[in-house]
Amino acid sequence: MTAPVLEARALTRELPGLVPVTLVRDINMVVEPGEFVAITGPSGSGKSSLLYLLGLLDTPTGGEVLVDGNATAGLSENQLADLRLARFGFVFQFHFLLPEFSARANVEIPMRRLRALGAKEIRARAEWLLDALGLADHADKLPEQMSGGQRQRVAIARALANDPGVILADEPTGNLDSKSAEVVFTMFRHLAREQNRAVVVVTHDTDLAATADRRIHLVDGSLA
Amino acid sequence: MALPLGLSIAVRHLVHRRRQTLTSLVGVSLGVAFFIGIASMMQGFQRDFVNRIIDVAPHITIKDEYRLAPVQPVEAAYPGAVVELRGIKPKEEVRGLRGARAIIDALEEMPGLKVAPTLSGNILLRFGSRDISANVTGIVPDRERLVTKLEKDLIAGSLQSLYTAANGIIIGEGIALKAGIGLDDMVSVVSPEGVVMRMKVVGIFRSGLTLMDNFDTYALMKKAQVLQNRPNVINRIRIRLDDVEQAADLAKTIEARFGYRSESWQEQSSNVLGIFVIQNAIMYSTVGAILIVACFGIFNVISTVVYEKTKDIGILKSMGFRETDIRRIFVYQGLMVGIIGMLLGWALGYGLVEFMGTLDFKMEGFVRAQGFILYRTPKHYVISGAMALVASTFAAWLPARRASRMKPVDIVRGAA
Repeated sequence: MTAPVLEARALTRELPGLVPVTLVRDINMVVEPGEFVAITGPSGSGKSSLLYLLGLLDTPTGGEVLVDGNATAGLSENQLADLRLARFGFVFQFHFLLPEFSARANVEIPMRRLRALGAKEIRARAEWLLDALGLADHADKLPEQMSGGQRQRVAIARALANDPGVILADEPTGNLDSKSAEVVFTMFRHLAREQNRAVVVVTHDTDLAATADRRIHLVDGSLA
Repeated sequence: MALPLGLSIAVRHLVHRRRQTLTSLVGVSLGVAFFIGIASMMQGFQRDFVNRIIDVAPHITIKDEYRLAPVQPVEAAYPGAVVELRGIKPKEEVRGLRGARAIIDALEEMPGLKVAPTLSGNILLRFGSRDISANVTGIVPDRERLVTKLEKDLIAGSLQSLYTAANGIIIGEGIALKAGIGLDDMVSVVSPEGVVMRMKVVGIFRSGLTLMDNFDTYALMKKAQVLQNRPNVINRIRIRLDDVEQAADLAKTIEARFGYRSESWQEQSSNVLGIFVIQNAIMYSTVGAILIVACFGIFNVISTVVYEKTKDIGILKSMGFRETDIRRIFVYQGLMVGIIGMLLGWALGYGLVEFMGTLDFKMEGFVRAQGFILYRTPKHYVISGAMALVASTFAAWLPARRASRMKPVDIVRGAA
């Protein structure tokens, strides 16, 4: 059996201080390819913190994260950055598109950084991704010329740019109306089931979370 | 789209903050332009002055003086002993340079130099009711020609007429103007020895060096010796070199060989050359200050961009940009301001120099000049450009480093 794409072992994150705060406590979890996992819990329960740890954006104070079965604990900042570039796609509550770049240019950025494709292929893939997300007509628009739902879909296209094995999303529908939110979630399900990617979504929307393959509920940083 | 990714992000950032970018561009280009303008003016003047000195004055002058007091017998007999003799002065040579003939012969055997013996001393020029103190140099015109360009500097009369006139004297333009003396006028010359001689002005020279024009006169060697009551005495040997740069070294060699104080042109003009050093220091610090102010501008723009673009930095880092990628984006911005500012500054500086070249006015300081004397050299462009690039890169480096060290998690968490 192949190794899971993402595995957390006794993952713990504390904020140092006079009174140390534990954001995430002793989490063990495994995410397989093709799985759509929702992390839920009340605000302040450590959902986002857990996601950042899984996405190698934050360093755990205890335990470890394995990507494709490989330990990440000893990796340098640069190695972590390279791993994120090739293996992860992030979607945040805010779209975080670069405002000076068109939708297509935004989608091209991770590919241009990875430099695995030539300029023509990068452009073609960006257009293909936007087309797949129903944004073919908006490729040349700036983020400010698009609606919130469209921007979030551009952000998803960007997350998919380097064909990552793992999509991590932090409240991706937090700023969207229910209809757009539904579209986004459908898309995540599609990415997991049809494209065999691991999708981990943090959300406080229980209705949407109910559509995931698996739900992880956090209370005070621990699995509940 | 052909631009590298980091560069294209950098360009968009700068275009986005157009006004601030323009302000810092103006700062950098003014710094560069002023450097080029001021440097061209100052170095033009300095080089002109040095050229004139090299042209007009001898490159090495051997004087009938000693630099140090002679070694006393007691010191020679007991070297290192606890002996102190006070009030010993360097020897004065009443008889001028002893064995001058032999020294000249020895010098003439060296390659690359011309030698002229002279006797110089003080005189009082009396013309009508005007008394002017001056310095008279007794020369041998045929030799003088080889060593200085006195002949070319004559604005009236000729060097040759020193031979033909009974008692000829050549005076500087400054003296002529001060006393209202014209060519062929007769003047009374009184020497400290009490000798009075009626002399005819057979030439007036203008060297361009104010000091020389106001104080120097020339007469035949014989006449000068009579005036000073020092028959057959020579007290200066003046040397002209083919290679001016060797003056200081050769002066030392000559001094070591003959014992007489030998001064290179640098030593003789050391007061003015010293002023040049200070001038240059002032110029560099002034222009440096302009560029530092410009750097604050760059620092300001890029710090603002970094602050405004915190979210972008966060997403770029989370999607896998390395610290160096982020740093590069912002250093590029400084570099771009530096490069464009440098190019604008070059154009502006070129225009400034050409404009100064059209100005016309009279100036009299160390030298007499018409308008600015400008020195145009690529070196000024290289130096100012390098300063602009180094300064702007450094100004960008600090905020760029701060940006590169931001933790993506702090940014995305903060925004969410």
